[in-house]
Amino acid sequence: MKELALHLLDIAENSVAAEAKNITISVLFDTEEDLLQMSIEDDGKGMDAERLERITDPFVTSRTTRKVGLGIPLFKAAAESCNGSFDIQSTLGVGTQITAIFQESHIDRMPVGDLKSTMISLLIGYPEVHWVFKYGINGNIFEFDDAPIKKELEGISLTDPGVLGFLKDYIASGIESTQSPVA
Amino acid sequence: MSKVKSLADLKRVREEALKKQEAKNTASKIQIIIGMGTVGIVAGARETLKAILDFIEKENLQDIAVRQTSNIGMDSWEPIIQVVVGDAPKVSYGKVSADVAQKIMKEHVVAGNVVSEYVIETQ
Repeated sequence: MKELALHLLDIAENSVAAEAKNITISVLFDTEEDLLQMSIEDDGKGMDAERLERITDPFVTSRTTRKVGLGIPLFKAAAESCNGSFDIQSTLGVGTQITAIFQESHIDRMPVGDLKSTMISLLIGYPEVHWVFKYGINGNIFEFDDAPIKKELEGISLTDPGVLGFLKDYIASGIESTQSPVA
Repeated sequence: MSKVKSLADLKRVREEALKKQEAKNTASKIQIIIGMGTVGIVAGARETLKAILDFIEKENLQDIAVRQTSNIGMDSWEPIIQVVVGDAPKVSYGKVSADVAQKIMKEHVVAGNVVSEYVIETQ
């Protein structure tokens, strides 16, 4: 994968597959500490200790059509290859939290990429999930919560052309408002 | 640079959508499903989805449900999309790049003609 935003999309798919109702994705820059932290938190079915221990192994997957799962090992490798770290916590029946930390300025750090398209893909693709996206730099955070938007729409589809245009502009201007570095 | 949008803008968007809904008498429901597993993502599925959504917005198309799924299970054909128009059988397309997605939207979703060169399965 060429963008961290694609990794986030991939990891969030796992959360959906784990039947999460609430998923929060954060992308936070800390320029003082030269860090980029990404996390995905869900309230899906979670994993037991044994499975959790093996989840970063590429030969572990919950899918039935193929025997290998590469999403989590790839994301872990992306973080660790730029002086970062990777952590996954999970509790059966409670949910899973994944955090990847990158040295922001590291030469091998992948660009964040098209975060807006990742957000819109998830939002449109899984309307039954409650999505929260946080994007920030040094504590200046744009938080996108889809609950008030869905409430306001009252039965109008997220794929209505006017709504699509609104979502794109709303997310783009929100990200812009944090005056993030060119990621 | 886009101006900052607020929920007040969304109200207007909703009112317009409602008007359009009332103006229509028959609704032929169209569903598009896109495979967004790891293999699909690496093959460019997010760009395919983006092309579909851009087309819907640009052409002002109503009543199209777009869904994702993580598991279609035909890796070598990714990105894969499935199109269901009304009661017609589900058509699965393979190797759907952003350009191919635009073509499918134009010819299948709008004009009703299956784009046979990219079909991998009809069921």
